[in-house]
Amino acid sequence: MKDFIIPSDDRDMGTPAKTGAPVTLTVDGFQVTVPEGTSVMRAAAEIGIEVPKLCASDNLEAFGSCRLCVVEIEGRRGTPASCTTPVAEGMVVNTQTPRVKKVRKGVMELYISDHPLDCLTCSANGDCELQDMAGAVGLRDMRYTSGRNHYDASGAGTLAQGDMRARAAGTDLGNPDYIPKDDSNPYFSYDPSKCIVCNRCVRACEEVQGTFALTIEGRGFDSRVKAGNAGDDFLTSDCVSCGACVQACPTATLQEKSVVEMGTPDRSVVTTCAYCGVGCSFKAEMKGNELVRMVPYKHGKANRGHSCVKGRFAYGYAHHPDRILSPMIRDRIDEPWREVSWEEALNFAAQRLKRLQATYGRRSIGVITSSRCTNEETYLVQKLARGVFLNNNTDTCARVCHSPTGYGLGQTYGTSAGTQDFDSVEKTDVVMVIGANPTDGHPVFASRLKKRLRQGAKLIVVDPRRIDLVRSAHVEAAHHLPLRPGTNVAVVTAMAHVIVTEGLTDDAFIRARCDTESFADYMEFVSDPRHSPEAVETLTGVPAAELRAAARLYAKGGNASIYYGLGVTEHSQGSTTVIGIANLAMLTGNIGREGVGVNPLRGQNNVQGSCDMGSFPHELPGYRHVKHADARKIYEDLWGVEIDPEPGLRIPNMLDAAVDGTFKGLYCQGEDILQSDPDTKHVAAGLAAMECVIVHDLFLNETANYAHVFLPGSSFLEKDGTFTNAERRINRVRRVMAPRATYADWEVTQLLAQAMGATWTYTHPSQIMAEIAATTPSFAGVDYALLDELGSVQWPCNEAAPEGTPLMHVEGFKRGKGRFIVTEYVATDERTGPRFPLLLTTGRILSQYNVGAQTRRTANTAWHPEDLLEIHPHDAETRGIKEGDWVRLSSRSGETTLRAALTDRMSPGVVYTTFHHPDTQANVITTDYSDWATNCPEYKVTAVQISPSNGPTDWQEDYAAQAAQARRILPAAE
Amino acid sequence: MSPDKMTHMANQIAAFFKTQPHVDAAAEIAAHINDFWEPRMRAQLFDHVRAGGAGLDPFVIEAVEKDLVAPA
Repeated sequence: MKDFIIPSDDRDMGTPAKTGAPVTLTVDGFQVTVPEGTSVMRAAAEIGIEVPKLCASDNLEAFGSCRLCVVEIEGRRGTPASCTTPVAEGMVVNTQTPRVKKVRKGVMELYISDHPLDCLTCSANGDCELQDMAGAVGLRDMRYTSGRNHYDASGAGTLAQGDMRARAAGTDLGNPDYIPKDDSNPYFSYDPSKCIVCNRCVRACEEVQGTFALTIEGRGFDSRVKAGNAGDDFLTSDCVSCGACVQACPTATLQEKSVVEMGTPDRSVVTTCAYCGVGCSFKAEMKGNELVRMVPYKHGKANRGHSCVKGRFAYGYAHHPDRILSPMIRDRIDEPWREVSWEEALNFAAQRLKRLQATYGRRSIGVITSSRCTNEETYLVQKLARGVFLNNNTDTCARVCHSPTGYGLGQTYGTSAGTQDFDSVEKTDVVMVIGANPTDGHPVFASRLKKRLRQGAKLIVVDPRRIDLVRSAHVEAAHHLPLRPGTNVAVVTAMAHVIVTEGLTDDAFIRARCDTESFADYMEFVSDPRHSPEAVETLTGVPAAELRAAARLYAKGGNASIYYGLGVTEHSQGSTTVIGIANLAMLTGNIGREGVGVNPLRGQNNVQGSCDMGSFPHELPGYRHVKHADARKIYEDLWGVEIDPEPGLRIPNMLDAAVDGTFKGLYCQGEDILQSDPDTKHVAAGLAAMECVIVHDLFLNETANYAHVFLPGSSFLEKDGTFTNAERRINRVRRVMAPRATYADWEVTQLLAQAMGATWTYTHPSQIMAEIAATTPSFAGVDYALLDELGSVQWPCNEAAPEGTPLMHVEGFKRGKGRFIVTEYVATDERTGPRFPLLLTTGRILSQYNVGAQTRRTANTAWHPEDLLEIHPHDAETRGIKEGDWVRLSSRSGETTLRAALTDRMSPGVVYTTFHHPDTQANVITTDYSDWATNCPEYKVTAVQISPSNGPTDWQEDYAAQAAQARRILPAAE
Repeated sequence: MSPDKMTHMANQIAAFFKTQPHVDAAAEIAAHINDFWEPRMRAQLFDHVRAGGAGLDPFVIEAVEKDLVAPA
């Protein structure tokens, strides 16, 4: 296996990079030129001179507390700290003089006087900056006699913990200054005895993560790191377990438990997280074939060295005992599974699929891929449908999340993609977040956003819930528009009304960049008083004055950007809202430069990529409709088949056709449609009606309860490929260990194609990417060598943009002139009434991910062991529901039970839950209504009723019984 | 697909295009359905219109009669 060598400079430069006029100085006799505002420490590091340091790190602002980085500067008095001293023209710095050496040694001696010297058995052994600095300053003695200290529980005055334990009498901790380890967080421990109070963890929590969960309590000798308030430990505090403090800690005070258990890693491979659409780069730190830890990669362009609890810690599912490692088959779904060879399973699947096509026709089978799969895998799966099944029945889970983005941005701007890179948020002045909850769904982006908000950017939140961003530590939205679910279009159109009628439009931009005829129509439409905030207030529930103020801020507050999520798309009018958002950005000229733009926050790691790769049933890779003969010809020539010119079935259409008896076979890769898709009973009926369901997954997921063939999948650690994140950034996924079930997922798809008669001969995913590049204009310049060289690249990447395209629509829109489209509000037919008087909206939380297949199989369950129903106290009171009570949640589709959580973050009349747990199955409640243009389900609006309950519904019990039956596995035949 | 669901979906498409100014709404509705509805869905819509088109928006009926491509 060829490991990827981490490129050149992974050093910690001490303080952050600055931009400014060049300044030249001399450090230890060498000249160096750096931007104004750079610290002396960083200037020295630029020419390879490392000044000793403990409290400095280049992802944190300089703090100047450890006094180890002192230097002498000619013409200045004393020994200033190099981290807090900015460079000046002509400055002459000496980093090693007898005076500073003496100061440093004295400082180190003081640190060590209150630190256990159990270095050989310490978990940070080999990875401890305190140890390194003791060596660097040449500390050879510690002259202080033992006295009050923090490390010795016995109070007997010893530096070795074993000795200390031997001397301690039972549980009597003789030392009142000693605090035992806090092991409450499942992934890392906090050992106060090893803390040197450098403040790096506290600053990382504030500056990098923006949670402000940590502080230093006490003064002087009593100073300690403290999570949360008095009485809190790490788990009960506000800590979101992002790992930034652990990464910042120079000692073993905050340490990954995996390192405590396994020791330090011996190599690392740069790869990409397999969770959300931020697409963070990580170093997978390995020891042989074992993964010791995941550490956010400093040069990752999406995350810039930061991470969240999922990517950083929640990878244990890859080795969970529930992983299925043998292929399995069965004739009927009421039989137990039989473990068989790969060959037998693939032949069984291929024979069945061929028989179905012979009996029921070419279009009777299809494929579904997950946006958790790589570009190469999704490309192959759609190729399987188009090139082997000879139909267009291919869809992806992006159908149920961001398909309206594809339609809406395609119609207005000409292509389906976010317009910016994540760095753009650093230049924005006004951020409008609509229908997204970034602190939970896209945590690393949220941290970058909060950083910008703390610098003074203004925030508008449009969301029925009072999400954390509305008000949390050092962040407060200028305007929160708590709209009634389902009224997005009315709110967005009312904002446009304010902008147009109050003369806040950017006329020069519109004249130069947009289609004038469509603009005239739109002006006429949107100026109508029926779209005014006052006119729609009773409908949307948003106070008109607040909406007007938000619109003015968006239009005239400087660089304004929109970030939106599934609260926009998953509605009957999802596509219309996306169009409305695109209109807003064009009206105000907020497109085509840094700090502005329209940014869909993609739910899963490869939503963008799976759409790019032609997973949708109406379009070939690169968003080319199958009706176009010239696009079809490219693939027909290459694959030697005739491509079906008719659009195929979308996921909901496949299920409808299955119930009708015309869709009979499905290959489902990495997706759990039974849990994730709406109206569970209908999904189950569709699956039960099929004669060959092939599930290709890590686990026996809910869909597999209805499957006839199970093909074991490989985790992201076990395969090569690429993911494309929400900013169109193509990042490499690198194999760090061998596939546990023999084959990587792309190989399994190829084997299935071969079993069906195809002659595919890929031997590495790079060959698949070569085929993608050769056939898709926006990917023409992409290859693995380029990705290794540049780290990542944003499409379009071709002759015109050989290193990719960070910002889109800079000179002109992809389609030429931007097109305004009228956005008439049409109320959803899902309405409250006497039977179902409340509105349910659904979403996800930080620690769990989608259907939870991965995160439920990690210690993340410590934060979220079950789905809860969030309900306003007034709605609860009128129904006699108290905190923690079991409640029955019912809609016209079905009913389930779960426990109630009373919170005023919900508006009265609106309730909320997550869909992470199959025993709750929130989607048994959601309905079959969908977006008018794309069939994206209306997950965000369901009329429901809630009543007290004393246990699971009959449906839940039947479901659990069926699942248990369906998961039986016979032992393999000898 | 149940007739109600199909009617609902088709009417939703009509609800968008019939509010667009200066366009032939029926032609736009037909184009959208031609682009995104799989042949058996279009066949079901054809059959429903032939059977009287109960519940369908008049624009949908016009679209089907004028511009919908018959499934191959």
